[in-house]
Amino acid sequence: MSQYPHLLQISMIGCIVLWATAGDVLIASAMRKIGDLDRIRDASGIPGAATAVLSSPRFGLGVLCMALSFFSMLFALSHGDLTLIGPAAASLTFVTNAVAAKFFLGEAVDRRRWLAAVFVCIGVALLAH
Amino acid sequence: MSQSKLTANQLLNLAVVTVTASCGDTFLARGMKLVGPVSTHHLGELVHALLTPWVAAGIVVLIGFFASYLTALSWADLTYVLPATSIGYVIMELLGHFWLHEYVSPWRWLGIVFITAGVGFVARGPSYTDIRQVTQKIEEKQHA
Repeated sequence: MSQYPHLLQISMIGCIVLWATAGDVLIASAMRKIGDLDRIRDASGIPGAATAVLSSPRFGLGVLCMALSFFSMLFALSHGDLTLIGPAAASLTFVTNAVAAKFFLGEAVDRRRWLAAVFVCIGVALLAH
Repeated sequence: MSQSKLTANQLLNLAVVTVTASCGDTFLARGMKLVGPVSTHHLGELVHALLTPWVAAGIVVLIGFFASYLTALSWADLTYVLPATSIGYVIMELLGHFWLHEYVSPWRWLGIVFITAGVGFVARGPSYTDIRQVTQKIEEKQHA
């Protein structure tokens, strides 16, 4: 930490963002595969919708990645600068999610959505000031 | 390729995602401030923290957030849901300023403008990409 403070902080932020993005993309992919939860709930009630979600291995993997992101955040906060790591990780995740959603989920990320992701990313970073 | 019409129930669901995310985090933060710092030598205090009213309320609200977030992802794209629900950051700042009379710096106001613009961009566009139609269109282009 003392010898390479910036490198360590960048690595920790990268770790949080990577796990959070993997978690979001896996969960989104699982939900897309399961289908409209409102319709499932109408057809088989809340237990049916819960079973459809909880029995998806992809959803389980997504939750695991989210948990790893959470623990990476806790580790980072205990070693690094809170005012840098929190906003940096939160804002960068918007952009990495847009990239991952385009390539892994096949979402139509047009110019409007890129602008939205970048604007929200900048906005969240500015809120930390 | 993309569908844009959201029903009133779906819009309400996105509003629930936004509000529960902000409220859940706030409740947890308030609860943990009341509990105080938890030492690694006394992790049992974390169990005690779960039983305090604010932390328990925060967990219940965050379970509601997760359920509504999953529902939103079942009929809308990830790149639509995440920016659209980021308006929660703005709501928190405005509540802090007008209700709790907290100081909001010019940088924060600029942040609010950026987030609002980002939400405006995504909200005016389609909410869902139909992957089958995208694949079909690519195949048609390849055959042409």
